[in-house]
Amino acid sequence: MPSISYLVAVLAIVFTLTLALRAVPFAVLGRLRDSAVVTRLAVWMPVGILAVLAVTALHGTLTTEPRGRWCALLAVAVTVGTHLAFGRRTIVSVGAGTAVYVLLLNAL
Amino acid sequence: MEQHTPTHPAIAASTRRTRISQGVRDSFSAGLGIFPLGIALGLLITQAGLPWWLAPALSLAAFAGSLELLLVGMLASVTPLAAVALTVFVVNFRHVFYAFSFPLHLVRHPVARAYAVYAMIDEVYAVNAALPERERSAARLLAMQIACETYWVGGGLAGVVLGAALPAPVHGLEFALCALFTVLTLDAFRSRRELPSLLLAGASVTVALVLTPGTALFTALLLFVGLLLVRHAVTGREAAHA
Repeated sequence: MPSISYLVAVLAIVFTLTLALRAVPFAVLGRLRDSAVVTRLAVWMPVGILAVLAVTALHGTLTTEPRGRWCALLAVAVTVGTHLAFGRRTIVSVGAGTAVYVLLLNAL
Repeated sequence: MEQHTPTHPAIAASTRRTRISQGVRDSFSAGLGIFPLGIALGLLITQAGLPWWLAPALSLAAFAGSLELLLVGMLASVTPLAAVALTVFVVNFRHVFYAFSFPLHLVRHPVARAYAVYAMIDEVYAVNAALPERERSAARLLAMQIACETYWVGGGLAGVVLGAALPAPVHGLEFALCALFTVLTLDAFRSRRELPSLLLAGASVTVALVLTPGTALFTALLLFVGLLLVRHAVTGREAAHA
């Protein structure tokens, strides 16, 4: 059982490092606003970062529930299909995909 | 349609209300992933034999889901602080890249600005990066952030309470996070047809998953930024030749 002082030290480290990683880039970028690299990266990055997050989140799901591999892939297809077919309403698409995954996984 | 800057206080107030409700609505689909994940965190903390208050304390200190889930095991086994610090650094390093396209310039008030930076989580970044510029606003952004933090802390507390009562939790709810990022990728691709970026990201994440499956997100983002810098250099040279 960890001591209170250990837990408090961890909380301090977690808070300081996470906030610094979120804040410092803004301070640096403020001075680079007009540079061509920053302007281009701001346009190029979002789609790619989102795709990376989607793939790593799927990979995480596949690793935690290896027997639900096909359920997860099917649920991604349902999510994409729902989104493109029913007017791009995020909550509907996410809800449909998640419902399919949970139902299939718990039925296994 | 032309958008006018509201001058009358009543109009300004109603615009503000609309924006706040937009932000809260943005948070619903994210909340579908955040709240169950919070419950999972609370359950894990109680199962590891750690004190219950660690769930809200950790959630307020970090406000970063994947990191907190990872830390529970490390805390239970009293991992050295240096190793904890390194883990925090590696897992949360991705936030460095969000600054490039996070609409912080919309937030004027210093306290609100500080909060917006502190609460810049994946889901908030993702939703706001996918929004067209004219639909963004400070009120909408902050409302979503406050709502998300409420789901996260609330989920953790619910998990702690459920920890003793629930015989078996519902499996698979964390898929909502994966579905959300998938949908947001589709939306971001529609508003900016950036096929080269998508292909470079695909290549980066594939290489990262093969070489470093344990820290795939970190490696993939580093590779992706490297490839974009190469692309910038190549595009710059082509523009100079033209």
